[in-house]
Amino acid sequence: MRRLFACVVVLAAAACASEPPPADSEPPAQASEPAADAPALPGHAPERFGFGTAASPERVALWDIDVKPDGEGLPPGSGSVADGQRVYEVSCLQCHGPTGTEGPNDRLVSTGDWDQWPPGRAIGAYWPYASTLFDYTRRAMPQTTPGTLADDEVYAVVAYVLHLNGLVPADAVLDAASLAAIEMPASERFVPDNRTGGSVVR
Amino acid sequence: MPTRDKHGFSRRAWLAAAAGGAAGGLVLTRMDALKAALPQDPSAQLPDPTKVPGRFVSELGRRATREQPRRLVRSLALSSSSRTPLHELQGTITPSDLHFERHHAGVPEILAEDHELLVHGMVDRPMVFRMADLRRYPQASRICFIECSGNGGGAYSRTRMPTTITAQQLDGLLSTSEWTGVMLSTILREVGVRRGASWILAEGRDAAVMARSVPLEKAMDDAMLAYGQNGEAIRPEQGYPVRLLLPGWEGNAMVKWLRRIEVSDRPTMTRDETSRYTDPLRDGTARQFSFVMDAKSVITFPSYPYVLPERGWWEIEGLAWTGRGRITRVEVSTDGGRSWTPAALQQPVLPNSTVRFRHLWNWDGRETVILSRATDETGYVQPTVQQLWDARGERTSYHHNHQRAWKIAGDGAVTFGLGDLL
Repeated sequence: MRRLFACVVVLAAAACASEPPPADSEPPAQASEPAADAPALPGHAPERFGFGTAASPERVALWDIDVKPDGEGLPPGSGSVADGQRVYEVSCLQCHGPTGTEGPNDRLVSTGDWDQWPPGRAIGAYWPYASTLFDYTRRAMPQTTPGTLADDEVYAVVAYVLHLNGLVPADAVLDAASLAAIEMPASERFVPDNRTGGSVVR
Repeated sequence: MPTRDKHGFSRRAWLAAAAGGAAGGLVLTRMDALKAALPQDPSAQLPDPTKVPGRFVSELGRRATREQPRRLVRSLALSSSSRTPLHELQGTITPSDLHFERHHAGVPEILAEDHELLVHGMVDRPMVFRMADLRRYPQASRICFIECSGNGGGAYSRTRMPTTITAQQLDGLLSTSEWTGVMLSTILREVGVRRGASWILAEGRDAAVMARSVPLEKAMDDAMLAYGQNGEAIRPEQGYPVRLLLPGWEGNAMVKWLRRIEVSDRPTMTRDETSRYTDPLRDGTARQFSFVMDAKSVITFPSYPYVLPERGWWEIEGLAWTGRGRITRVEVSTDGGRSWTPAALQQPVLPNSTVRFRHLWNWDGRETVILSRATDETGYVQPTVQQLWDARGERTSYHHNHQRAWKIAGDGAVTFGLGDLL
């Protein structure tokens, strides 16, 4: 099942590398049966209402901050483990501790079994993608001044935290290509939800 | 004589009031009991209301002086939660000011007139919608619950099974409202979803810029962009001015303060769908995108810290809910799970909403354990904790929907009783 995700990512990467999809569109796949409580639009509703305004590419770029596992969304720039240590000590240490294990906020470095809370369920043993660390750090950290780190600083502190977890060497420098290439120890652990209701407890 | 525990309840006061002269032999209702549990202030002796004129009309209503339910705040931190007082509420609708909270970086201050929702990605027409735009689209309302998938985790550890825990503490990350908004399918139709799209990313305007990936199928089915809650604008704590509503799914995916939807062909793998809100399993894997909240129920009366002051007729009641359509049956056991009796379900039973169940019980005054178990329309029966341990292991997280139990002692004191059954 985890292969399924991998396939999706590979296909997506291939699609990104080629031409943008054609502008023609078709109605998205409907759920097998519309929910009884989801009212459909009346038959005389127009194709388009025209409420809202067009978003220019510049407008989209302003907010389009997410980073996907294949590296889509990673900005230009780079950062080293050494630079990341300086960022960490100024902006992260206070909440995550000198070695990323002391808190008071979330543990960043795994020191226990992957499924053990909290020592194992940290970045090294439990996070499946390095892209997530960049995405989350840039969007939400530092907690009291979110969004204030420059992209180079985010690359650097991501490199440092990955180094604390033993995943990149002390002389590592991360950029878009090298970060997307990192294979995380937990990448093979995740499987889609197999609960379906019915008589079997999963 | 009254002793108050850390939650502000006065069990002894209730016991004293119930057993003493105040009731004059009447069986107290639970609301009487709750009122009796509040401290009695001698200065609050009220004049005969038939002999003095009442107060004037007012612009904003207020609760009765003695009816002051409160959320239970976990900690004053940016990433924290507060829980709905399930054991003090009636019916199924949660008063909006008691709706549970779970924020990852506090509650943002947002003006609706400044708010914009960007919809882009694999669409023909990337667009920005202001709130006035969203409100102009055809509108829909529906009643459904929102539950944090971490709800109930406090009663999953074999070695740390609690006894003095309230339904609010255990399951208070559950609330039900009537939500009003525009169906997300209407907005996606407007922008024109492109061939090959299969996911959306929903992103909030809070300081965590909280983001979750959601399958397009759900987005096109019954997802709503909700801007109304119980007849008024959605509360800031619930995502003002607009949130994503995914009926029956885990609360975290219903991104609040929604500012961006990106249509995509794969999930983004955000922090809250990888390192959090995933469920480690005993076979060494971790379940991801475990969106649906399975069938669950909890007895809210009698529950800790209530005390049954005397044997006799008591109505057991509680809430049942499922993210897989409708609850079809709730059973109650008053003998520790040896025998089960169908409870009455308050109509209407709505899909993906809470249902109030009731079972009239003649307590013989002997110590026992009471439980409830819910069944949904797929035939899924709320499992025992042992069943969940067997299926997922004891170190799993989230989706702790196992049966809950309350122990009734011979003196009527109620404690959480799951540990007694293990």
